[in-house]
Formats: sequence, C-alpha cells, structure tokens
Amino acid sequence: MPRTEVMKQKGLTLVDAINEALEQEMHRDQRVVLLGEDVGANGGVFRVTEGLQKIFGKDRVIDTPLAESGIMGTAIGLAMGGMRPIPEIQFEGFLGPAYDQLTNHAARYRSRTRGAITIPMTVRVPVGGGIHAPELHSDSPESIYAHTPGLKVVMPSTPVDAKGMLLSAIRDPDPVVFFEPKRVYRSFREEVPEEEYTIPIGQAKVVSEGTDLTVITWGASVFECLAAIDKLPEDVSVELIDLRTIYPIDLDTIVQSVQKTGRCVVVHEAPKTCGFGAEISSLIQEHCFLHLKAPVQRVAGFDTVMPYYKLELDYLPDSKRIAESVTQTLAY
Amino acid sequence: MPRKSVYKAEIEYLQVMDENGVIDAAQSRNTLSDEEILELFKFMQQCRQLDEIAFKLQRSGRMGTYPQNKGQEAAAIGTAYAAKKGQDFLVPCYRENAALFMHGLPMHYVLLHWMGDERGNQIPAGVQQLPLCIPIGTQMLHATGIAWSFKMRKEPKVALTYFGDGATSEGDFHEAMNFASVYQVPLVFICQNNQWAISVPRETQMRSRTVAQKALAYDMPTYQVDGNDLLAVYKIAKECVDRARSGGGPSFIEAVTYRLADHTTADDARRYRDPKEVDMWLGRDPLIRLRKYLETKDLWDETKQKAHEEKCKAIVAEVVKTAEGIEKPSFDDIFDYTFAALNPELERQKKTARTSSLGQDPTQVGLSEQPQHA
Repeated sequence: MPRTEVMKQKGLTLVDAINEALEQEMHRDQRVVLLGEDVGANGGVFRVTEGLQKIFGKDRVIDTPLAESGIMGTAIGLAMGGMRPIPEIQFEGFLGPAYDQLTNHAARYRSRTRGAITIPMTVRVPVGGGIHAPELHSDSPESIYAHTPGLKVVMPSTPVDAKGMLLSAIRDPDPVVFFEPKRVYRSFREEVPEEEYTIPIGQAKVVSEGTDLTVITWGASVFECLAAIDKLPEDVSVELIDLRTIYPIDLDTIVQSVQKTGRCVVVHEAPKTCGFGAEISSLIQEHCFLHLKAPVQRVAGFDTVMPYYKLELDYLPDSKRIAESVTQTLAY
Repeated sequence: MPRKSVYKAEIEYLQVMDENGVIDAAQSRNTLSDEEILELFKFMQQCRQLDEIAFKLQRSGRMGTYPQNKGQEAAAIGTAYAAKKGQDFLVPCYRENAALFMHGLPMHYVLLHWMGDERGNQIPAGVQQLPLCIPIGTQMLHATGIAWSFKMRKEPKVALTYFGDGATSEGDFHEAMNFASVYQVPLVFICQNNQWAISVPRETQMRSRTVAQKALAYDMPTYQVDGNDLLAVYKIAKECVDRARSGGGPSFIEAVTYRLADHTTADDARRYRDPKEVDMWLGRDPLIRLRKYLETKDLWDETKQKAHEEKCKAIVAEVVKTAEGIEKPSFDDIFDYTFAALNPELERQKKTARTSSLGQDPTQVGLSEQPQHA
C-alpha cells in the first residue's frame, strides 16, 4: 500500500516503519542488500520486507536457501566485500545455527584484524513473546548478544524509534543486532516522519518523567510498564525509561534518573538470571549507591524455558506483576 | 597421465502406482497386499480428516498456528509402515503426523502441541518417537545418535527421520548424513520433498537436480520415489529399513510430493505460488489414486466411502473433544520440568510467582508492613 494510503489510517506500524527505512536506505545506498528466508517474494513472514523485491529486484532482496549459518556467514563475507548486508533471521529462536558466525566471526573481525577488516552488517531479528506463536518463536535472547563483545544490540519499541535506529544501524561501521519486538509489530500506529532521519544507537529515551521511582525496560515490555503505571495511584510519580539500545548501554540516562528517584525496577521478558536487568542493577549500585532508597528490583521472565503459549502470559511480566513490584519498592 | 573417472553414479526413480491408480506389474512385487492397501487407505483418510479439522480449529481461534500435512500422507504412511511399531524409532519434523499416529501416538497429542501445550510432546511410554521438531533440520542429528545407540547396544532397531527439501540446506543435515555414513548407523533419511520451503521453491533452494543426489556425497544408497505413491514409498522404505536392520547402514529416500496447503495457517501461499501448479498436484493426491485402484478391485465404492467418512468424522470429533477437554496447565508447570529437581531460586520464583526479591522474601530487612499503595 502506498504510504499516503497507510498514513490516512493514522500513521505507520512498526512493520511499516522498518519497511520504509529499508526502502529509503536501499535507494540511498546501492551497497545495501537484504537476504534471508522468505524475505523476497513473500515479503518476509511478518511482511516487513513486503514489496521491496519488486522495487529493488532479486539481486538486492534475496530469498536464500534455508540455512541460518549460511545467511549469517555469507552476510559477513558480503560486508567484507564492500556491501552493506542486512540479513534477516526469521525468529530469534533460529539464531542458534548462526550463533557461531555471529559471535565468533562478525563480533570479532575488527579486533582480530586490528581494524583491517570490519563487518558493517545489520542483523534483523523478530523477538519476544505474547503472540501465541509456536515453540522457539517467543524467546528474548538479547543479553546473550549484549554479552558478546563486538556486537551492538538494539530493540526499539515504537515505529519512530525503529525507523531512526534502523538507519543508524545500517550506517554503523560495526555489526548491529536489530531486535524487532513482534508483539509490537502491528499493535499500534504513530506518525513517522517521511523523510529519513537517524536516532543514535546508545541513547535511551525517557518515556515519561517522574520523581518517585524509575522503571527501566525495552521492547514490548514498555507497554506493559505503561499499563502498570496507569494502575498506580495518581500521586505516584514514575519515570519510565525505554532503553532502546541494550548495548552500548546509556549509563548517563539511567544514573541521572535513579540518582533523582532513588528507586528502580527493571522489567524484561528474558529470564531473570543473567538477564540484562542484572547488568543494569549492578551499574546502578556502582553509580547510585548512596542515592538508593530501596534495592533495585527485577521483574523478568522466570528462569525457565519459555513455555508454550497456553502459559506464556503467566510467564511474561505483565502490568500486574510490574505494578506490584513498583508498589513494594515504593514501600521499602 | 590421462584424466580418468573416479566416481560415477545414478539415482533410481520409482513409481509403482500412477495417478490413475494403475499399478506397474513389473514393480508391484514386494509391495503391499490389497488388504494392506485398503487398511492404509482408510487410515490415510482418517489422518486427512484430522488435518482438515486442525486447520478449521486454527481458523476458528481454537488452536494456534498449524502446519497442514495435506497431500503428503503417502510418504509418511509408506515409510512408517515399513518400520516396526514399538521397536523402530521415528524422528519427525512436523509434517508427517500420519507416521506418528501409525506408530502409536494418540492423535490428540498433535493437536495439544499446536494448542500451545507441552503435554502434546509428552510421548507415552512405549511409543518409539520424538516429539515434533520446530527448528529446521536439527533433528536428523538426534536420529543419527539414536540409531548409533542401537548399534552400540546391539539392538535390532532402526531409526527413521523426516525432513523437508529446505532442511537439506542446513549444515546440520550434512553433519548428520556424514556421521550416519561414517558410523554406518541403522537409519533411514526420509526427505519429503514437497517443493516449497515456505515461499522458496525447490529450484531456488538448490541447484541440485534431485535432493537424492546429496546422499551420494556420503556414499549412501539413495533413491527418488513418487512420494504420493504409497506402494513405491513402502517398497523402497522396506528395502532401506531391512538393510539398516541387517547392518547395512543408512539410506536416503527422496519422496517427491507436494505441500497442498499453506506452509502453516500463518502463511498465505497464494502470494507466491501459481494456482495452476497447485491444481496439477491436487490431481496427484495420494488418496485419489488409492481410491481409484481399490474401486477397480471392487474393494471400495461410494457407499463405503460415505460410511468411512462418517466414521473418520466421529473419530476426529472425539480426538478434538479430548484435546479441548484438557485444561490449561497449572502455573507450576512452567517450573516443574526445568530440571529433575528445582534449585532454591527456581523454588522461590515458583512459590512467589515473582522474580523481584521484595516479593520473594518476606523476611527481608526494610520491608514496611503496610505497603503504601498495596
């Protein structure tokens, strides 16, 4: 559908915004190619690359063989050869076969060649739960990749952020894992500037300002946190931070906020243990120790396998669990 | 020195029963008796009925994403029938339900799986199979290991593993083929070449003219069969299973078939597939040719068909009732199968339904008795 038609329905979805960013950057930079399973004729299983093969042809929007290690490894080679590849891995659960290529090669090439060879590549991956998907289609592995030196890891939660951050990622000189929260793909529309713009990687966003407590989150959980804040009494003033970039983390925004509020709850879908909340919590105690009025809390997925969908809503942090934790932290 | 050939190979293609249900007499030895054909035809219809109902369950919001098996039942049943139920071991992907049912999996298990319930994977004792495998092409390595264990333990068992044409692009596929070949394990690789890996046609997936030829690289006996021809599938599968059981190592079967439905209910194949191609393959449906054959043998007619359809509907209705009658698992289920025994942290999370420490430990210093906004 042409943008004018889409915009008539009050803005773009996250899917539309990413699609628009890809199209604009492919016009601007002939080195950009998309490759992945079903990204061409089918426009991707979530339709994120819809219509792009028609515009740019099969040489730039490439339906690859069904092989994630092949996709990731050849994308690395394309980047080495002077292209700007954007491989898509269809679901986060299928990063497994590509893990070796991504972590042992893409992440390390700059370092092991002392800068002689670099990998400017943006790996697009739908992420997260809550959409009644089958097994291995609902996980949140962002901390695994944040824990891999040499990778930048982002997870925008809104159409505006997605477009601006994707353009930054594509233009970044290093590999970026671009997680797209699938629960948000079509959950709402917002007005997105038509012209190209960038939002820097590494900058968190203060969604709402507050003075009593800081909630830090990212991805689809942003909206659970907003719902949780709605459940709280009006006199409770919560500052909500959408991290947007997992790594490199925006320490300044976090520290400024927690030094102001003295209380913090971190929310993420991934399991608690070694989830990125652990890193944030640790940074806060390192940088805000004397400002803290309560222990930093983590409202996260349980330390279990992500359950099949009958139980996924019992697993994912919801507004009720978040609100309870906020209330307890305020009462401490 | 002149150049010389160091390797030559060819691949057999077998069809026993054509699209019109006519049997090639020269190929019909060591296939199925008419009684067996009749029974398997009836079973195939039951599986098809379940498949159609599963699709409707998804469409009416009673089940999650479901990958239809429609059109590929001959490949599943022909191979599974060549193996011994309760002895040989099946390692599936997710488009060979009929094989699993034939080897004893209660039909409602598959529905339960796609209804988002792990208990659909809780294979009953004595049923020799793994649950459905969602990642592509990973399960063939498990099948190789299972078959290897049979060899190590000197058990007269054979493993059969199923996968699609797309899966043969994965590295794991080639690693499984190599291990199976190196260790000569009793395993039959069954590729259901249904021509499409979601939206990617076989010709885009690979330049290889056949899938079967990939096994040549591992010096494995390899065959291409009409995958919609129950008799051809059975005949080759029986040879492969027998050879494996007698210590002859692994084999490869490319069953040429077609995915008559969408990849899954989340897919819309009209976006990328020529309807003429689908129409052509509808005519090659394994059920059609079996029925034609049985009718020429006076073993089947419209009356029997109607009666059997009613029976299948009743059986499947009962299966759906069973699956839908199973209550949502309890919250504790999220935790209880993580390990044989839960560690203290998991116990805490399970007991409190929280990951935040203030909710987990009521004895923590600093907790106020009356939270301000409880």
